[in-house]
Amino acid sequence: MIRNFGLVLGHWDKFLTGFLNTSWLCLVSAVVSFILAAFLTVPLMAEKRMVRSVTRGIVDGIRCIPFLLLAYLIYYCLPVVGLRLDNWTAGLLTLILYNSAYFAEILRGAWSHLPHEQEESGRAFGYAGMHLFLRIIAPQILLAAGPVLGNQVIILIKDSAFLMIITVPELTYMANHVQSTYFVPFETFIMAVVLYWTLCTLVELVVKRVEGLAEVRRYA
Amino acid sequence: MNWEVVRALAEGAVRTIWLSGLGIAIGVPLGLFLALCRVWRVPLAAPLVAAYVSVLRATPLVTLALLIFFGFPPVLHIDLDPRVAAVITLALNTSAFHSEIWRASLIDFPADQLEAARAAGMTRSLIFRRIVLPQAWRASLPGMVNEMTFLIKTSPAIAVIGVVDLTRAAHRIAAYTYEPLPPFISATVIYVMVVIFLVLGQRKIERHIIKKYGIL
Repeated sequence: MIRNFGLVLGHWDKFLTGFLNTSWLCLVSAVVSFILAAFLTVPLMAEKRMVRSVTRGIVDGIRCIPFLLLAYLIYYCLPVVGLRLDNWTAGLLTLILYNSAYFAEILRGAWSHLPHEQEESGRAFGYAGMHLFLRIIAPQILLAAGPVLGNQVIILIKDSAFLMIITVPELTYMANHVQSTYFVPFETFIMAVVLYWTLCTLVELVVKRVEGLAEVRRYA
Repeated sequence: MNWEVVRALAEGAVRTIWLSGLGIAIGVPLGLFLALCRVWRVPLAAPLVAAYVSVLRATPLVTLALLIFFGFPPVLHIDLDPRVAAVITLALNTSAFHSEIWRASLIDFPADQLEAARAAGMTRSLIFRRIVLPQAWRASLPGMVNEMTFLIKTSPAIAVIGVVDLTRAAHRIAAYTYEPLPPFISATVIYVMVVIFLVLGQRKIERHIIKKYGIL
């Protein structure tokens, strides 16, 4: 077994490629989904009931679908309407679409739990519109939603492993490649698990920092 | 869509529900056991469980399925049926999450109730069975149903080890008929129905609890 681990470590370049691919796929899709979700919260919190329930329906609908099925829908069904995407674009698009819905729901939840007095006293101090949102509402939503957002990023990282099925060369795909070439399955997948654990632990550390910041802000 | 297609989808759906159900049936009590190891601070077991939960929560189901199906048999010198490997994968994965849900409700358990039970002369196992468990499962219910819907949604991962679940069945039909839209949309509808069924079940149990005990 020790010798097999040595064999696996000898192909560290393959694991590094997979690890880096997984990392940037997740980072890009997390950032883009977050921005999209921030825009989505506006219709989700809209005054008009019609606007609210339509966006609500779309967001809830996406949240009900398994990730892999959404990837298949995008990868195999979009060509039917004439939009042919390669596996990278399809994978990235799936990650972004799927997680925008989840992030939007998390932000909406945090916003609706924000005490209404906060907004009112902000107005009383002369804040309005964009200023009110950026200075008073947004920072509080972010600090409150921090841990849940971090959890969702970890789910995103784990969902990205599904993309191996549409042959995106991310970490699990590369591990499977090494495994099938040298037939050392146990050691390769343990290696992949360790790398995923490292990535998720990094995200958790960032979340802890944000939580620390939230504590300071709340009691300062 | 002809009958054969409908049958293939139905078989896939039954397999998804059956295997996920078995995974949940093993994962929930296993999670409780793991949570107790940590809450009762069992020497040696508590840090081991903490490590187990940390690693399993960070491992994608696809990677775990590949590790269990391809990785373990040559090391342990055993033969593993893909469906058995799938159930083990789902059970191990969900047990880590269920242990966190159980642990949260065990930690939040009111201390005065424990003191009262101890004052009444109850032993630790009796307190657990008569006082803690009947209330802790009710507090855990929303989290558990949430985790069940998550498991159903990540269960397509077991397709990588050759189990023909609902998603795989839809994929096969799409590859066979060259019409991807109908099978994938049907599969989506079935998943949504399963999730809705679980959530409705949770509401029903919650209503029943409120009727019986006054509070959740």
